[in-house]
Parts: sequence; structure tokens; C-alpha cells
Amino acid sequence: MLQDKDRIFTNLYGWQGADLKSAQARGDWSGTKDLMAKGHDWIIEEVKTSELRGRGGAGFPTGMKWSFMPKESKDGRPNYLVINADESEPGTCKDRDIIRHEPHKIVEGALLASYAMRAHACYIYIRGEFYMEAMALQKAIDEAYAAGLIGKNASGSGWDFDLYLHRGAGAYICGEETALLNSLEGKKGQPRNKPPFPAGAGLYACPTTVNNIETIAVVPEILRRGGAWFASIGPEKNRGTKVFCISGHVNNPCNVEEALGVPLKDLIEKHAGGVRGGWDNLLAIIPGGSSTRLLPRDVCDTITMDFDALRGAWSGLGTAGVIVMDKSTDVVYAIARLARFYWHESCGQCTPCREGTGWMYRIMQRMVKGEANIEEIDMLLDIGSEIEGHTICAHGDASAWPIQGLIKHFRPEMEKRILEYRKRLVA
Amino acid sequence: MPKLTIDGMEVTVEPGTSIIQAAEQLGIEVPRFCYHDKLSVPANCRMCLVEVEKSPKPVASCAMPCADGMNVFTKSPLAQKARKGVMEMLLVNHPLDCPICDQGGECDLQDQAVAYGFDRSRYREEKRAVKDKELGPLVKTVMTRCIHCTRCVRFGDEIAGVDDMGVLNRGEHLEIGTYVEQMVNSELSGNLIDVCPVGALTSKPYAFTARPWELRKVDSLDVFDAVGSNIRIDTRGGAVMRIQPRLNEEVNEEWISDKVRFSWDGLKQGRLDTPYVRKDGKLQPASWGEAFGAIADRIAGLSGQKMAAVVGDTADCEAIVALKDLMTALGCNAFECRTDGAQFDTAVPAGWLFNTTIAGLEDADAILLVGTNPRTEAALVNARIRKTWLAKRIKIGLIGAQCDLNYPVKYLGAGAETLEELAAGKGAFAEVLKGAKNPVIILGMGALRRADGMAIHALARKVAETYNMVREDWNGFNLLHTAASRVGALMLGFTGGNLEKMPSAQMLYLLDCDDVPADKIGKDTFVIYQGHHGDKAAARADVILPGAAYTEKNATYVNTEGRVQTARQAVFPPGEAREDWKIIRALSELLAKTLPYDDIVQVRARLAAVNPAFAEVNQPLKAEWKPFGAEGKADKAPFAVAVENFYQTDSVTRASKTMAACTASFVANATPAKTGT
Repeated sequence: MLQDKDRIFTNLYGWQGADLKSAQARGDWSGTKDLMAKGHDWIIEEVKTSELRGRGGAGFPTGMKWSFMPKESKDGRPNYLVINADESEPGTCKDRDIIRHEPHKIVEGALLASYAMRAHACYIYIRGEFYMEAMALQKAIDEAYAAGLIGKNASGSGWDFDLYLHRGAGAYICGEETALLNSLEGKKGQPRNKPPFPAGAGLYACPTTVNNIETIAVVPEILRRGGAWFASIGPEKNRGTKVFCISGHVNNPCNVEEALGVPLKDLIEKHAGGVRGGWDNLLAIIPGGSSTRLLPRDVCDTITMDFDALRGAWSGLGTAGVIVMDKSTDVVYAIARLARFYWHESCGQCTPCREGTGWMYRIMQRMVKGEANIEEIDMLLDIGSEIEGHTICAHGDASAWPIQGLIKHFRPEMEKRILEYRKRLVA
Repeated sequence: MPKLTIDGMEVTVEPGTSIIQAAEQLGIEVPRFCYHDKLSVPANCRMCLVEVEKSPKPVASCAMPCADGMNVFTKSPLAQKARKGVMEMLLVNHPLDCPICDQGGECDLQDQAVAYGFDRSRYREEKRAVKDKELGPLVKTVMTRCIHCTRCVRFGDEIAGVDDMGVLNRGEHLEIGTYVEQMVNSELSGNLIDVCPVGALTSKPYAFTARPWELRKVDSLDVFDAVGSNIRIDTRGGAVMRIQPRLNEEVNEEWISDKVRFSWDGLKQGRLDTPYVRKDGKLQPASWGEAFGAIADRIAGLSGQKMAAVVGDTADCEAIVALKDLMTALGCNAFECRTDGAQFDTAVPAGWLFNTTIAGLEDADAILLVGTNPRTEAALVNARIRKTWLAKRIKIGLIGAQCDLNYPVKYLGAGAETLEELAAGKGAFAEVLKGAKNPVIILGMGALRRADGMAIHALARKVAETYNMVREDWNGFNLLHTAASRVGALMLGFTGGNLEKMPSAQMLYLLDCDDVPADKIGKDTFVIYQGHHGDKAAARADVILPGAAYTEKNATYVNTEGRVQTARQAVFPPGEAREDWKIIRALSELLAKTLPYDDIVQVRARLAAVNPAFAEVNQPLKAEWKPFGAEGKADKAPFAVAVENFYQTDSVTRASKTMAACTASFVANATPAKTGT
């Protein structure tokens, strides 16, 4: 279990103030100038040493991502950092608390990361529904400007840095990095084709890195304590701490910062007060936000929460939004509801996702009642495979995964419903 | 240059080539819907997925640039399964109403569903229905059939320059539409029908009239402007059913204007299908013998000096040379083709050609438009200017009447004064032209249809010379004609007459010419009208010789670049009407001035004898740069508008109901011309 001294987000629960003074009392903005004085590449190297992996869901090594950015501009195009605060994944609420209670970690992280990538401007794209959060973050930005921490000659480092907050209009797909860039440019929020990747041509066709807000928020602490400290936490290749969001049928739903690799059972028992009605009442857990495949009870007993272990269990860490379902759950209905979400949020740009999500959702609706054929379960899998991997962005994949998980682990339940529905029809 | 392997075949391609283009070079078919050569690449249909070695997922071949050592499989099980899946998805919400769809038989979706899809549908849920959109009198919509490839949106944004169309909503509720319902006001809107790979956008005038497999297709040429768009005429029985563009990268690429595409219904209205002779002050149907006899009687003993011949905007070169030969034999020397009254120096070809060439405009980096609205005068020249602007954001200046162009234009002034200023190296646009490497001037008929046309012509030459527009490697001087016959007639020397005096000659021969005002024609003038429509001039004629329209004859036309191209006969002329040169040849025999050619090959040999350029088909004319125009005082009056109504410019388009509907819909304050006689 993570010791208190290793926690990064010491005000995750908002027990202290979020203002600049309180943040400075917690250690934020201390020695920022000195960190920057060590140079652009030192920061990138330190982040590489920390083995920090992106906290947005895909888990791409952050240091490596940063090193893709051009070190000097040959054609006059500036570099940009864009921070993704469009947190919309069902079951995930980590960024919201970070923004509310630790906004200065974000602002400082934005400065340091931008400096490392030689960007003078950084945009934070925040989910439209996060109105209060946007106000809180804007307040922190204003405070930092007023204190000279960012702006011209940010923190006395000689580096000019501007930070802009942009509110989205509430589309899930705008959390996809290239759709986010389109939306930020004022275009329709639809993902772009890759290549070109944002590091080559991103925002306004300039080199851009898009990072999750949690990734950025942990950067100042990593630099202050050293990458080696961060890399000493958690199992190999899955280093550091992570904010887990535990929701659903637990006694104490919460956000908690834990080391990667923490056993799922510990996470729930120790931090979330256990499953409603005891561990034995557990049906399944979705470990990483709605798009990861669910884990049945027997896997939950032993699984540890990190990128690689969960991938090994045919699921994923995703955003670490742990959704706990006890035995009172209608699991088919739960997944049907997720299918509806992906149908509703598909941008409609490419064919398999536009047409396939609706198709799967409609079949799932019938599956809830059992109004289907047994063969349609396999057909559902097949439709998922027609979407997965054939789309521009990962929305198509994400729409197929929950249903794949359901069919793999709960096929008997689905078959039972179909047979019962038939019986009722006959009777 | 990257070298890659596709289906076991090696190919070396230019850097930046996509896999789909490389496959095309090898002759490998990769199915596609959203990808289009001339449009940007959204890669949203996902039909072109192929397998690339070392890539775990199939790759959209239209958007993936070729890399060295790539190993691509277009027919592997992974690629086939991916396409099959995409095809099934495309059909999920498609109504599958092929039997009642006009696209049937030439539908990409239909063809590719057969080639790459499942043989049955597994979709049992309800299908989506989408409300149809009203896009105007040309494009019919059945939006439920739309597969959201966004080709139409991109065509509008990129080629046509109208951003009316867009994608609304998201996910399954996606719709192509105009948001606030409105017609797509573009002179190129008909091309939306071609770019649409399914039956969502189809031709309104052609709706439910024919199936593609019933049509006979003839490659031909358009005559409604001086661009010489390459077209394909689709006929059934003896009737033209529709007109489609034909690819010619140097002229019209693969687009045609709406006038070219939709005016064919005018070919069936108000036609002259028998000779007429005026008897007792009234035009009466007659036989060819009677008509020729009436001419022979009337001109017997008449001096050639008292005759005049005028050719109109759609006359073909064979007829023009025959008419000139005949009239010369009769002693006539009053010829003119510039029926619109344009005045310019006809002695130097470089002065009346589009020297830069249409494709050459893509190399321009500054364009000066003088007295022209290319959008209405030559829609595809305009499309080329827009293409150049889109690629390079070149600076474009305009002197003349203000007009609505689909690229930003710096308005410099209304008339000759501004041009004079510019010729003197002064003015707002001078710096732009000085700084440009390949500057271009396009001189339109609006600046030349006036008494001081020769002075303007000289002034434009001065501008070209001042800004170094004419060099060994570049000729930026262009005259933009509006008539398909004009350059051909000039090349044949069918000019030099005085249009003020000619109409009052004793005998006036009008070939396809409706633009000589009836009130100017002398009371006693004997008027021979040879043409295909009973339009303005036919009413004044004393003898009418029914000719063939452009779809009904094998004929040569020369476009504004001096490009010699041939139209081919798709249908027969109606009734007694005949190909025009044959009429003149027959008449010559009766007048005992028999022309020395009996078939089209001999006429064309005669064309080449008159001007060797006619032997060099399908290439722009290269002309030597010499001084032209006449020094003189230019009038202060602003330049005129050359084409008032894009949709109705000649007898065929005036007879077309579709063009009348377009005029009513799109031309502000216009009253459509009445159709027919």
C-alpha cells in the first residue's frame, strides 16, 4: 500500500484550500525556476527515468512522447502542448478532483512540460460540463499569472509561457487527441487520420503533444523528487502512483491515489469500504472505465491494477475507473447501457463505428429481454470484430470491447434469457 | 523514391504517394468510396483497407503514404474480411432500393457490394430514414441512400468554392445538408452527381428517363463556352439523354459546368427540321431544292461585294471554312465572327489566345482579371484559378464590373483608367505583379466589346510587357473568349468585316448566328439563316437552311487556348436538317462554285491547308509574341459584363427548360428567356 509520504496529490479530497498560497504550502511552485534552469532535455530525461506512462488510458511512455517533439523549428512553426481535460469516460472522475483541488499542480506541470518541449503556449481543453472545475482552474491560472509564475519570463526563468483554458461543448469523442485538436481549432470534433501524428502536424498543423491532465499534474513532483523516486514505486514497466476512481456497488465510492500494481481486492476492501454485501456478493468489475472489458469475480480475486497485468487478463487499466457490480446487477442491461453510450457518442465519421455501434446497441437491447436468437450472440461478436481495428480512432474498439467482455464471461446468462423469453412466448 | 511491394509486385513511386495510388499504378483495384483523386482525403469510408506487413491492424490505403520496403497485401484474408465488414456496415442503413434508384447500374455501392460484400444482410433492426434536401432544379436528393463519404461536401468546399453543404449531427444521426435549407448556387453543382458514389445525389432533369446500360456513349465536345470541355454524350434511340464530363486534365479535368451538363433538353425544343423560304412575306416550309433555288434566284447577278457572311458562337470550323470558301468564290470579302461587337487586333494570334493555357494557370502566382468574370464566362477556367488559389493562396486582382468570385479578389477599379495606371507601373496591384514570378493577365470580352477595344488591347499588352509576363519560358497574356467558334474562325481568317455595315448588305449569310440585331438588318437585305434553332435570327430570315447542333455532327472546334478538338456525332439531326458543311457544299454546287471537297477528311485537309495549326489536334496553339492593338485614347466608361446570365447564352440554352429553371432560381432579378420560337 502506498505510503503517505509518496503521495503526490496531497489535497485530492479538498481538505485544504486550492488557492496559490495553500498550494505553495503543500510544495507546489517550489524551485520551479531551478528545475527549468536544468534545461529542456534534463526534464525530458528525468521523465524518461521515471518511466511515467500516460494516464489517459493508452499508457504510452510520456518521456518518449515528449522526445518526439522537434528540438528546433526549421520552418518557423511553433511547438504546442495541449492538455486533455475532457474527462468523459463513464466511471472516471479523477481529473475532476485534480482540477478542483490541485489546480496549481496542473499549471506548474503545464509550464514545466511546455518548457521541456520548447512550447511557449499551452492549451487546456476542459470538458464543457465541468463548469465549476473550469472556474477553479481559471482561478489558478489567473493567480499564477498575477504572481508572475507564468506569463512573460515565467517564474523568473526567462521563458515566456502562456496558458489558455478552452471549454469543450460536451462531446465524448473530443477526448480523443486529434478530435480534441480539431475542436480546439474550431472545427467539427472528429478524429483525424494518422499519420501525420500530432508531434509532426497537430494543432494548426504545428508540432503538438497532447497529454492527459493527470500526466501533466504529476510532472512537477517527479522533477522535484527525481525520476528514480517515481520509478521505485510499482512493478516493472508500470511505475508510479495513479489516481483510481472506485464507483458502483461499494460501501465507500472514492478517488484514491495508489501505487500501480495494487491488488484490485485491496483497492476495494481498503479504500472503498468493500463490496456492498461483502466480497462474495461481487459479480464483476470493470477495471478501467467503461471501454475496458469487464472482469468476472474469479479474476478480481487476484488481479493487480497495472497496465500489463490487466492487459494479460484481456482487459485494460484504461483510466483506472473501477466500476464494481454486485450480484444485484443486471449485467446484460449494464453493458447494453454502455453500448447505448458508444452509439450516442460516435462522431459518425467512419463507417464501421457509425453504423456498427447502433447495430450492436439494438441487438443488446433485445438481449436484455432475451428477444433474440442464440446465434445472434456470435453475430454480435462478429459485428464487434468488424468494427474493432477498422476505424480512424479507438472509439470503434472501445464500443466493441465491453460487449466482447460480456459475451466471454456471461454467455450462459445471455443464453438463459433467450431461452426463458422463448418459453414465455410459447406459454 | 520509396520502393514497395503490393501483392507481390514491386513498384517505385514518388514520395508522398498513397498506397491506393501506388496500387492504381500497378493496375490493382482497391475499392473506395470517400477517396477521390481531385479531393482531399478524409479516409472515412474505410473501404480501402489493406493489410500492411508489420501493422497489426488493416490500414486505410488512401491515407497511408508509401514507405520504403512496405509490403502490402490487398487481397489477403485480413484485408478481405475488413472490407467485407465495412461493406456490411455501409449497407446497414442503406435502403437497398436499387430497382427504383437512378444510380442503379453505375453505382459504386452496388458494384462493390457485389464484388466485395456478403451475399445477404444480417441486419434485422429498423433502418434510419433521412429527410431529403432541396438543392435546386438540378440535383435531386434521396438522402436515405447517403453513405456519408462527404465527397459532395469536399467538392463544394474545395472545387466549387461554395461552403453551403456540410455534415450535420453526429454518429448515426449524421446527415449531409445545408443546415438552413437552401439551394446550392454553384455553376459546377452538377458535378455533385458525379462525385456521389451512391444514389443520394442524382440528376433531376434525367430522373427516371433511362438506365445506364441502355445508353450509347459518344465522346464529344461542348460548345457553350470557349473552354471546349470534353464531354460524353449518352444517347438512347435518336435522343440525347444526358451529358457527362470526360477526363481531360489539360482542359476541364473531370468537371463540367451546369450549362454544359443540363442544357441538352434545349436540343429537343424549337428545332428547325426543314428548310423554309419566305413567300408572300411569310416563312413557309420548303424542300432543299426550293430553298437552294430561292437563293440561287436571288443572288444571280449580285456582286460579291454586296454580300456579307457572319458566323455565330457555336459554328464549327468545317462549316466556317466551307462558308468562307463559297463566299470568297462568289466574290464576297465581308466576313466577321465577333458577333458580340468585340474589338481587338486579329492580326497577331498571341493577342487573342489564352497563351498561358488553362492547365498552365496552376503555375501562376498572381492573376490580373480585366473586364472578365471567369465564373460565368468560362466556369472551368475559374475552377482552375480557384484551384491555384487554394494551393498557393495567390493574389488576384480585378479590373471591371464587380462580380462574385469564389476566391478572394482585390478590386482595383472599374475601367481603362485603372489599367492605364497599372501599365504605367502605378497602382495598388503593381507591387504584387512586380514581385510575382509567373504573373498572368486575363483579358475578357467585357473590356473589348466597345469602340476603343483596340486601345484596350494595346494597353493590356503594355501591362503584360511592363510586368515581364511574356518571356521565353512563360506567357502570361490571355484573352478569354466566350464563344466556342471564335478562335477557330479567327484562325481561318473569318474576320475583318465591319459589323455596323454588314447587316445592311444586299445578301447576308448567317451561320449559327443569332446575335445580329434584327433592327440593324437592312429592309431589303436577303437573309440566309443556317442554324439549328428557330431563335432570334430565324424570324428575320428569307431562307432558312436547317443545320445540325453540336451533338449531331462530326465537327472541329478550337477552344480559347487554340486547342483543336473534335466533336463526334451522337445522334442524327432532326428531319431534313443536315450537317452544316454539307449544306454549304450542296449549295455551292447549285451556285456553280462547287467546293473541292466531298467528305469530312477532305474538309479537314482543307482546314489544315488554310491554317496548319488544324493538323495539330488536342494541343494549345503556340503563338509568337508581336506587338498588337492600336495606341489610342481609352474611354473612361467602366468595362461591361460579358455574360449577364450564365445559364442562357445561345439558342440551345435559351430553348432549354432546365436552364430557364436555373435562371429563375439562381440569377438575381432575371426574367428567363422564353423558350423556342
